[in-house]
Order: sequence, then C-alpha cells, then structure tokens
Amino acid sequence: MKSGFRLSFWLFLAPVLLWLFLLIVLPHIDLLLLSFRGENDMGDLVWTIDNYKNFFIEPIYWYTFVRTALYAIVTTLCTFVLALPVSFYIVKLARPRTRGFLTVLLLLPFWVSELVRVYGWMILLRESGVLNYFLLKTGLVQQPVEMLYNDVTMIMGLVYTSMLFMVVPLISAMESLDDSLIEAASDLEASRFTILRTIIIPHCKPGITSGAIVVFMLALGNYLTPNLMGGKNSLWFTEQIYNQFIASFNWNQGAAFGFLLLVLSSCIIWVGLKLSRHRLGEVAA
Amino acid sequence: MIRSLPNSRAYSWSFNLFIICYFIFLFAPLLVTCVLAFNDSNFPSLPWNGFSLDWFISPGPERLGIFHDDQNLRSIWTSFQTAFWVAIMSTVVGTCSDFLFEQEAFPFKNWLYFLMLAPLVIPGVILGISLLLAANSAGTYFEANFGIDVGLFRPSFWLVVLGQFSFITTFVTLVVSARLKKFDTSLEEAAMILGATRIEAVWHITLRYLRPAVIGAAAVAFLMSFENFNTTLFLVGSEPTLPINLYLQVRDGSTPVINSISLLLIAGTSCLALVNLYFSKKEED
Repeated sequence: MKSGFRLSFWLFLAPVLLWLFLLIVLPHIDLLLLSFRGENDMGDLVWTIDNYKNFFIEPIYWYTFVRTALYAIVTTLCTFVLALPVSFYIVKLARPRTRGFLTVLLLLPFWVSELVRVYGWMILLRESGVLNYFLLKTGLVQQPVEMLYNDVTMIMGLVYTSMLFMVVPLISAMESLDDSLIEAASDLEASRFTILRTIIIPHCKPGITSGAIVVFMLALGNYLTPNLMGGKNSLWFTEQIYNQFIASFNWNQGAAFGFLLLVLSSCIIWVGLKLSRHRLGEVAA
Repeated sequence: MIRSLPNSRAYSWSFNLFIICYFIFLFAPLLVTCVLAFNDSNFPSLPWNGFSLDWFISPGPERLGIFHDDQNLRSIWTSFQTAFWVAIMSTVVGTCSDFLFEQEAFPFKNWLYFLMLAPLVIPGVILGISLLLAANSAGTYFEANFGIDVGLFRPSFWLVVLGQFSFITTFVTLVVSARLKKFDTSLEEAAMILGATRIEAVWHITLRYLRPAVIGAAAVAFLMSFENFNTTLFLVGSEPTLPINLYLQVRDGSTPVINSISLLLIAGTSCLALVNLYFSKKEED
C-alpha cells in the first residue's frame, strides 16, 4: 500500500517537474545569463552589462518601454470602464431568458483567432476600408480618412482583443452580489453613483483584480495588434524585441530587452496584488 | 437600477442602446470579414460587385481560392498537427499536475504551485525568446561536446509544440482542477480498501469522474494552440502555422482569400465553442 502510494506520487511529479524545469525555469535562467553576454572589441564573447547600458543610453529604447507600460495601463482602464456596465447589464438587468444567450454571444468572438479579429478591424478602418466607403457615400467626408495607424485605434484594438478577460471575471463576481443590498440602498435613497461606488465595485474587487492583471499582461505582451493596427509608429516594446532577434540578429541585446519586459510585468502585477491584497493563486482560480 | 427595482424609461433605454452598440462593436469586424469573402472583387473592400465563390473554389491563376491554395492549406494542416500534439501532451501533463497539487503533500509544494502558475504572467513573446535561446544553447552544447546535431533544438515543428505546451498546460491544470476539487476522495479510498492500487483507483474511478473536464480542457488547449501567435512567432521553422502564415500575408498586402480562410476559421471555432459549451452545461446539470 505504502509503496504504491509513492509510485503514483513520482508518476505525477516527474512530468510536472520536467515541464516546469526544462521549459520554464531553465530557459529563463538562460535568458538572464545571455542578456549579460556580448562581444568585446576583439569580437570575443565576454560578460558585460553593455546590453543594459544601451537600453538606458539610447532614448528610443526606454521611451518605447515607458510608452508601452503606460498604454498597457490605459488599455486596462478602458477595458474596465467598458466591461463594468456590460457585465452589470447581463447579470442584473437582462431578462433571465436572454441572459444565457447574451453570455454566449459575448464569448463567441473571442474563440476566433486574434489575427482574424485584427484583420477585420483593418478592412473596416483603412483608407479604402468599409467605414470610409460609407462615409464617402453619405457625403460626411470628401476625402477618405486614414483611421488605422494611430494611437487611439491601437488602444481600441487592444481593448477589443482583451475585453473578454475583463468581462468574464466581472460577470462571475457580480453573480454573487445579493440584489437585496442594492434594493436596500435604493430604498434608503442612495444615488446610482453611490451604489456603484460603495456596493458594486467593492464587491467585485476580486474579479476586477484578476481581470486587470490578465488584461494588462496581454496588452503588454501583445505583438500583433500594435504591429498591424499601430503601423510603423506604434513603438511597442515587443516589436523592439522582435527587431533585435529577427532583424538585427543581436540575440544578447534582445535577451536584455526581454528580461526587462519580464521584470516590468512582474513588478506591476506584484504591485496590483499588493494593492488589492490578493495572492496569485486566488486570482488564477 | 436592477431588474427588481422600478427604472426610469430613459435609464432602461439608454442602457439597452449602450448594449446594442457594444455588440455591434464586438461583431462588426467579424461580420465584415465574412461578408467580403463573397464579394466578386480582387480586394477585400467595398463596393459590392456581386456574389461570388471565387475566393473559395477558383483554381487560379488570377484568383486563387482557398481550396486550391497549397501554401495556405499546408499551413492549416501544420496548425492541425501542432494543435493535436499540444492538446494531447498538455492534457496528460496538466492532469498529472492536478493530481499532484490536489491530492499529494510534499515539501516545497507552494513553491512548485507558484511556479506552475508562472506561465500565466509571463508574456508569450518572452516565453518564445527564452525557449529559442535555451534551445540554441542546448544545441550548441550538444554539438560541441558530443558532436551530434539535434534537430529539435533548431526552430522547427517540435520546438513550436514544446513552446505552446509550456504555457497551455497551466490552463489545462486550472480547468481540470475546478472539477477535481469537487471530487469526493472517499470514493478513491473505498476502491483502495477493496484492494485496488492507487493507480488503478485513479484510472477507474477518478479519471472517469474527471472525463468531461478533461475533454473540455483538451478542446481549449487545441484552440489555444491553433490560434497561438506570440510564442510561435520566434520558434517557427520552415513550416509556418496558420496564424504566422496569415500574419505574413496581411502585413504584405492581402487578397480576399484571407477573408475566406477567416470565414472558415470563424465557422470552425464557433462550432467547437458551442459543442464545448453544450458539454460544460451538461456537466453542471
């Protein structure tokens, strides 16, 4: 009996250890080590901090870095502002019968590849796009307007692609909110804004935290949306990483950038967890 | 404010209007993509020139429909194979990791659990580059010390599979653990008192109970793999998966064949999503 117990334990442990150490821990240690390697004047590989020095000396690098972080935060805020009323409507206002249908409808677009969704926006918004066609037809504009390749469109694209990860946790958080609390507050003549501020948002805090962390992470690490909707001036940090790896073939510099991005995302998520007093395990569940 | 309270007309109407706008925002890009797949035109844009199936069945050379487009068909097949292997591997390892974390006690369990969740907060791009670097280091090491050239360590089909597997397994673990938490362990104990070994008990009792969740998790893993872009981008070799192939085409100017592929993708994933939803509903009942 005892030996059987141990055998099964090792049977479960071995694949998990292999997975986590070979595919998660080792590669990231390698990433860290390689980010401190570089060629000296003689062309030999030596230990160096040049890769990090480049990041701080070259303004374009840290400008892109800060810009990416700020825009990811803006995206998270926009997603929250949009997702709150939507999930409130579905949970508390929609008729019970339409509710299931609306939820399914809400989830469907997110099963489709991100590339297809971004492509859809591109053919809607570009200069020869569908929206411009209708604007010209109705005479609202005389010249076609290029609506792609600017920051607002890029943020909208990011909000669109990560929407789901805010709506789902908010819906499940709101489902546990007792209607009678809102009724009581309303009987006591609290305004809608007060109810929102003192009842709904505090109750949904766990959902908001997990949604915000996932959305932030996805926006920060996104490559497709900034690249295709933001165009040449999107200046997203993942594009810098891509350029170092694929275009300049400077893997050590790219490793340093990758590690910086990893540190940034870990820090912001850590701060978010501290502020809301949650643990990663709770958020994931 | 909510269903059970009297709401002013203006409030209900403006809220309804908001929700309608939101759903238009959600579906507009997908709808436009699908409709333009049938436009009799060489560009994915309006005006509407009439209905045509050219972008599906035309044999070329002027218009190459998707069913004759070897390059795209090959990438679809590559994606299928990748997703198949990722789904199998991540389901097996993910289920092992569930048993490990739910039913076993061992030192450093919390640390390992934290490590298991880490892929959730590592941006996909970083995962991709660190695996690329580690594979490259390992390849150089094997070549220098043993004189063997291991194909796995170069960007290739199997490296893509490993890269996607490394984070999709976490999602599988989370999906399955929700059901394993509800499992009554006394069933397993009863089987073991009646003489079953632990492994037999897991195989005949617990896995039977987990089956719906495992199938659901495998479907999610398949879809996530099929659509993955960020991690795949850095690991892909000479056989591009569908998202990579589409990205290259969209970036360098597109023909409506992308619309027809998108339409097929939307139809396929919607079916899979609805089937999955149906089964998870059944599981709840």
